[in-house]
Amino acid sequence: MNNPSVIEFKLVNKWYGHYHALRDINLTVTEGERVIVCGPSGSGKSTLIRCINALEDFQSGTLKVNHISLNEDLRNVQMVRQSVGMVFQQFNLFPHLTVLENLSLAPIQVKKMSTEHAHFLAMAQLTRVHIEEHAHKFPAQLSGGQQQRVAIARTLCMEPKILLFDEPTSALDPEMIQEVLDVMIELAAQGITMICVTHEMGFAKRVASRIVFMDQGQIMEQARPEIFFSQPQHPRAQSFLAKLLDH
Amino acid sequence: MAILTLLGWLGYNTWVNLKSRGIQSGFDFLTESAGFDIGEHFLLAFDSSDNYGWAFLAGLLNTLKVSILGLIISSLLGLLVGTGRTSPQTLIRWCSRAYVECLRNVPLLLQLLMWYVLLIEYLPSSETPYSWFNAIYLSQEGLSMPMLMWQPHESNAFFDVQLIWSWPTMDRFGIHSDMNLSPEFIALTFALSLYTSAFVAEIVRAGIESVPKGQIEAAKSVGLDNFQISRFVVLPQAAQLIRPPLTNQYLNLIKNSSLAVAIGYPDVVSIANTALNQTGRALECISILMTLYLMLSLMVAWGMGRFKDASSLAIEKDQEAQDRAQQRPHRTGTSHA
Amino acid sequence: MHDQMPHHEHSMVSSHFIKAAHQPIQARSWRTLAHRTGLEFKRHPYQSSLSIILFALLSLSGWAFFEWGVLNAVFLPDEAACQLARPEGACWGVIAEKYSLILWGRFPFEEQWRALTAVVMIMLTLSLSASGAMWRHGHRSWLYVSWVGCALFFEILMSGTFFGIDIHLGLTKVESELWGGLPLTLLLSIVSIALATPLGILLALARTSDMPMLKTFASTYIELVRGVPLISVLFMASFMFPLLMPGLKSPDVLLRVLAGITLFSAAYTAEVVRAGLLSVSAGQVEAAQSLGLGYWATQRYVILPQALAHVLPGLVNNFISIFKDTSLVTIVSLYELTGALGLALNGDANWRPFKLEGYLFIGLIYFCFCFALSHFSQKFQHSQHHHS
Repeated sequence: MNNPSVIEFKLVNKWYGHYHALRDINLTVTEGERVIVCGPSGSGKSTLIRCINALEDFQSGTLKVNHISLNEDLRNVQMVRQSVGMVFQQFNLFPHLTVLENLSLAPIQVKKMSTEHAHFLAMAQLTRVHIEEHAHKFPAQLSGGQQQRVAIARTLCMEPKILLFDEPTSALDPEMIQEVLDVMIELAAQGITMICVTHEMGFAKRVASRIVFMDQGQIMEQARPEIFFSQPQHPRAQSFLAKLLDH
Repeated sequence: MAILTLLGWLGYNTWVNLKSRGIQSGFDFLTESAGFDIGEHFLLAFDSSDNYGWAFLAGLLNTLKVSILGLIISSLLGLLVGTGRTSPQTLIRWCSRAYVECLRNVPLLLQLLMWYVLLIEYLPSSETPYSWFNAIYLSQEGLSMPMLMWQPHESNAFFDVQLIWSWPTMDRFGIHSDMNLSPEFIALTFALSLYTSAFVAEIVRAGIESVPKGQIEAAKSVGLDNFQISRFVVLPQAAQLIRPPLTNQYLNLIKNSSLAVAIGYPDVVSIANTALNQTGRALECISILMTLYLMLSLMVAWGMGRFKDASSLAIEKDQEAQDRAQQRPHRTGTSHA
Repeated sequence: MHDQMPHHEHSMVSSHFIKAAHQPIQARSWRTLAHRTGLEFKRHPYQSSLSIILFALLSLSGWAFFEWGVLNAVFLPDEAACQLARPEGACWGVIAEKYSLILWGRFPFEEQWRALTAVVMIMLTLSLSASGAMWRHGHRSWLYVSWVGCALFFEILMSGTFFGIDIHLGLTKVESELWGGLPLTLLLSIVSIALATPLGILLALARTSDMPMLKTFASTYIELVRGVPLISVLFMASFMFPLLMPGLKSPDVLLRVLAGITLFSAAYTAEVVRAGLLSVSAGQVEAAQSLGLGYWATQRYVILPQALAHVLPGLVNNFISIFKDTSLVTIVSLYELTGALGLALNGDANWRPFKLEGYLFIGLIYFCFCFALSHFSQKFQHSQHHHS
């Protein structure tokens, strides 16, 4: 009955030197939600989600992830990172390890799993993203779409409660975007909490439970997708959508 | 064309001059008795009645002794300081930078002479050495240590040997021991190791900094801690970039060991120098010297090349792919119009 | 696809625009200091403890050095006081006493002002080259003129003659064997660098060319020379050069050593230049050829400028190495800075124990030159980045 909030931003502000990157962010995400963050470039979308797994810090406000308060305490940061997974635009697979080793590295080292158990888990996740036949290849031998799916499987191996996606398809050739989106749609159907920064509006319409629109470091508008896409309220959201739908 | 003519002219001059000076040539001098003593030897017994060829071998072994120890120490130190250069702590970073800048900007010869002077002037004489546990003695004669040695049993049978510890002993004449590291050796090893470690540190730093930031972020986001990130993600990738310039530095260290001639450590260059002065066979001695160094260089280069395995090849492929994606240029050679 | 929305609507529209604000200034506390120096125990436990230990060690040794070098030291050239102060105090008096021998070598004492002037001239020309303004096209010819002038004056001042020809300026002749100390170091470095660079470029071009004979010759030369230590090359230069020349005339020791260092450094320069040549994209050659440029024109106007710009830091590193390598000529009895020190102190039993102070002194000189060079190259790199 009670859906606990898994992410809570309260008046979070972040500066890069003199540049005010995040301004008074207030955001609550509950379990099972699928939030799509969109906006023009430089609006702070990536910075926002990178705060969630402590890849960026912030100067004022509070941020709680899975009821753990993110501050300077390293143990808190470690605990958060073990339950939050992130998929990057540039995949960032470890080139010197095979696909199987990429996936099993963290479970073995962080969760102290045995190698057999970790490999078993890794193969299960690879099957989940439909790429199990490439388990013993190196990342450089795979296409971009395959690499990104491996990256998704890598985060799934740590059994995260929250999945963050930072423009996962922006570095892919057009014909490979759909295979990655399909995997993400499957994951959404399985009920995992997802925060995704993306320009893929078709995907957003299909999967999102909420759209968050950001501009110049602050959240301008939040709404259900059907409302946001048909009747955007904020003038900046309106002009943004107009530009998007132009081509 | 022009170059061939030049070489031919030089060769002709040499031949004429050699003839006119009555200098013999040929490598037969190697079997003549050397007539000089070598201060220290490694694994090899040598006295003045042994021939020149043996002398060169003794020199080569001395060079190897210094080089191998120097390679190990400089690699360890360089790794340490290079990692320190990337530390988030300001003090560690600053100290590492000072270390590297001070050691790189002063000639090796000068550093060598400094260390030698320090050891000679400030070490006690052999009558009153520093000593630890009655086993290790440090004095102007060097560092004496106990060592394992083969010693034949009383029965005099060939295979009946036992392994014993040989301890240094001290009496009023000084220290007697089977394992003595001379101050020249210590100074040379010290200076070589420190000097090369500064360059190794810079190479390590460049390698670490060249690992894309995304790798560290990905490792962080799967929950690895700092130590694990360094060990499993950063260092393996950095190692790939470090290998070629590191090989270069190793070769430099071996070549720099030739500075031994300045403090009287009998390495292969100083042996060659003595032989050259005594026999006048300049060409032969120098060509022997050059051949020996070339052999050493080839061995080191081959040894370092052995570290390629599937994982490093995979990193190379990945870097090539990244280069192609960013359209970095690749050139195969000019054509002579 | 859409699951149940929680009962409170998340839909919101921001009503006002939050202006950019300045970061609130935190009170200067230990916490901010710790954050800035990275000395945070919670984040980096091992490294922070290491920092503390390092700090303690540094303070101890720093104090000890300060005691030795300043507090207990003797600054006047008083030999007795120096002996008394050993080993608790440094004897900087040895520098005061011997500096002329160290800096100028065996140059005759009365004429040392000439050596000093020569060095000052070189320093001036160097600083002229270092200022960015002189490299602009219009002014570049002035730079070349000043270097040539500096070279000529150097020769006249140091030897009193003009390459052997007597000019009646009233300066006593000083044989090149007597040149030493700082002028010799500078002479050897600058001439080697000046000669080795074009030679290295030619070798690199030969190695990357298509003519097999040229390529093999260049490759063999480079690999041979890079595989042996400089000392052996210097020995070779001392002993073998007379054999290579017609007749039994043996050229000046200085010339022989100079040739040795130049030929040695050319191989290393060639490798650096070759890396630069390989980094220029193949399309450049094709574009130049399709414009009708011949081989040498392509190299000179298109390829080499780009190649050299790419490897400028590597080239400067090479120059620094050459500068340091000049210290090795001591071993063949040419008394540049390091050798002059040995000469100054070995012969004088009174001052011989104070070699360490002498070494520190010339170490400082070398350090200043090399550090200035590398600093200059880094600054140059930064300005390049800003321009491009």
